[in-house]
Amino acid sequence: MPPLLDISDLHTEFRTGAGIVRAVDGVSYTVDAGETVAVVGESGSGKSVTALSVLRLIPDPPGRITAGTVTFAGRDLLTLPEPEMRKIRGGEIGMVFQEPMTSLNPVLTVGRQITETVEQHRGLSRAEAAKRAEALLMQVGIAEPARRLKQYPHQLSGGMRQRVMIAIALACDPKLIIADEPTTALDVTIQAQILELMKALTRDLGIALIIITHNLGVVARYANRVNVMYAGRIVESGPAAEIYHDPRHPYTVALLRSVPRLDRPRQARLDPVEGQPPDLTRLDAGCAFRPRCRLADEGCAVARPPLVPVGNAGHSAACFKAAA
Amino acid sequence: MSEPLLTVPPLLSVRGLRMHFPVTEGIVRRRVTGEVKAVDGIDFSIARGETLGLVGESGCGKTTTGRCILRLERPTEGEIIYDGANIATLDGKALSQYRQRIQVIFQDPYSSLNPRMKIGAIIAEPLHVHGIEPDTKKRDARVRELLSVCGLNPNFADRYPHEMSGGQRQRVGIARALAMNPEFIVCDEPVSALDVSIQAQVVNLLEDLREKFGLTYLFIAHDLSVVRHLCQRVAVMYLGRIVEMAESDALFDAPLHPYTRALLAAVPVPDPTVEQGRDFQPVKGEVPSPMNPPSGCVFHPRCPMAVPRCSQQRPEPREIRPGHIVACDEVR
Repeated sequence: MPPLLDISDLHTEFRTGAGIVRAVDGVSYTVDAGETVAVVGESGSGKSVTALSVLRLIPDPPGRITAGTVTFAGRDLLTLPEPEMRKIRGGEIGMVFQEPMTSLNPVLTVGRQITETVEQHRGLSRAEAAKRAEALLMQVGIAEPARRLKQYPHQLSGGMRQRVMIAIALACDPKLIIADEPTTALDVTIQAQILELMKALTRDLGIALIIITHNLGVVARYANRVNVMYAGRIVESGPAAEIYHDPRHPYTVALLRSVPRLDRPRQARLDPVEGQPPDLTRLDAGCAFRPRCRLADEGCAVARPPLVPVGNAGHSAACFKAAA
Repeated sequence: MSEPLLTVPPLLSVRGLRMHFPVTEGIVRRRVTGEVKAVDGIDFSIARGETLGLVGESGCGKTTTGRCILRLERPTEGEIIYDGANIATLDGKALSQYRQRIQVIFQDPYSSLNPRMKIGAIIAEPLHVHGIEPDTKKRDARVRELLSVCGLNPNFADRYPHEMSGGQRQRVGIARALAMNPEFIVCDEPVSALDVSIQAQVVNLLEDLREKFGLTYLFIAHDLSVVRHLCQRVAVMYLGRIVEMAESDALFDAPLHPYTRALLAAVPVPDPTVEQGRDFQPVKGEVPSPMNPPSGCVFHPRCPMAVPRCSQQRPEPREIRPGHIVACDEVR
């Protein structure tokens, strides 16, 4: 069976005053139906831009998708006419963004924002849509849904707003939900509630989930497969257990080694990833992680290492030094 | 309430600290309609050279506590004894003198540095304000020394904040805090705005500086793994109160208060095997409004252990084991 979503050799660039930034520089990954895939990386690694490119939400100018294909349920999203694409956004693909306060419309009631989605995509009448909205709020664990529907986003707490975002994403029975840092703005106990809710809903309804995050703990708890991004590329990809227990790319190794662990007594000293994050306007032909890499040698300056299989099935890394 | 016996008096000792903010309504005629009890009666102390972690979720009062100690707020009630003197009510010259001894490192290295000032001027500003080093040459030399102590190229003094990465800016914030040779630094979420790969660098720098200059830290954070790594003792706050306080390893290995347990369980560990092996139930509900906190124990509406009396009686902090303080009557 072909995957639900197949991103292949995607390139997205931004023309800025400082030069062309290749925010996404040849990214390929797939998501199977019902599976949870994590995309991990730091700010500027291209993880969000990849997701926005899938939805064709890159502002142009300055951004532009320059190459690649995105196949979703048999259709190429990058060549789809805009009216068709609008049916997919918020319809077959739901979205949950980081900051629920800015991604909800402050002058519309919560109810209107949900009914808008189902009226647009499903052609439901107002009354039917209102009923659906109430059922959705119930489903995402909001008490007294009828009262909440009449409220505005500022009257809700951060956790509640994110539940509303999830309700909107679920409104049209999506096959895939893209969650971009869905809990980064939330407190840790609320983060746990929201992630457990998303896990239960995607499992019960068979929805595939792309979770974009920088939190290695969240990935370990919720993802089946992991893609690690650095400077616009996937540097390592594989099943979650493989990535954590047998990381092969020096960046993944360094990142996992650098985070202190809550479940272990303190170490003498942390072992950080040295150096600064890369400046995407000044990348050369070699491996982008080379300046911070302990294994780097002259060979690493010659070309960008391709993503090749390492270790067990489904595990790959983009490093000349990663032993197969 | 008793605390572990200290052979030397603590550098900082906070007693019965309360900070209540009025809530007003009306634009022309302002009426006070309520108050937010941001900090509602807390006690703790910090020994010289020690790092105390202050953790909790947003709105629990941890930052307000830090601001009271820095005397950016005048506490509503309570004492803050610093090196033997109560600084809670200081003003004027005495306050200015106190402020030379304590410093702060803020969370956001983007908004806490003036974008129009060069790095050198930012670091030299406290020296200038307190009239410490009038000689420009010596001041420049001091700035270069501070930059290199914080792992930055001394030539960065001539740059502007926008030319630097987040991690570098936070090092500038640390250099500025060190300029006055302080003994005590309030670190308010110093690494949470940084990228994961940069956090460890800054944590190591804070540790090195603590050793090198014999600093004492109050480390305010919500990232519990960093707190475990950096702090000798930890206090957990919830709705303006300290619910548990203990040695770091005791608190993280065997938390006693139900809120601390919920908080620790909510943090996912970067290890899929550990995560798959545990049965995780997130704590229900959200933090109530500090304007109208629940009666009795403030955590009782969300608490899995709550019994009827929890809603009537506010549990007082008690020392349940040597050095381990818990404000819960159900914990034995």
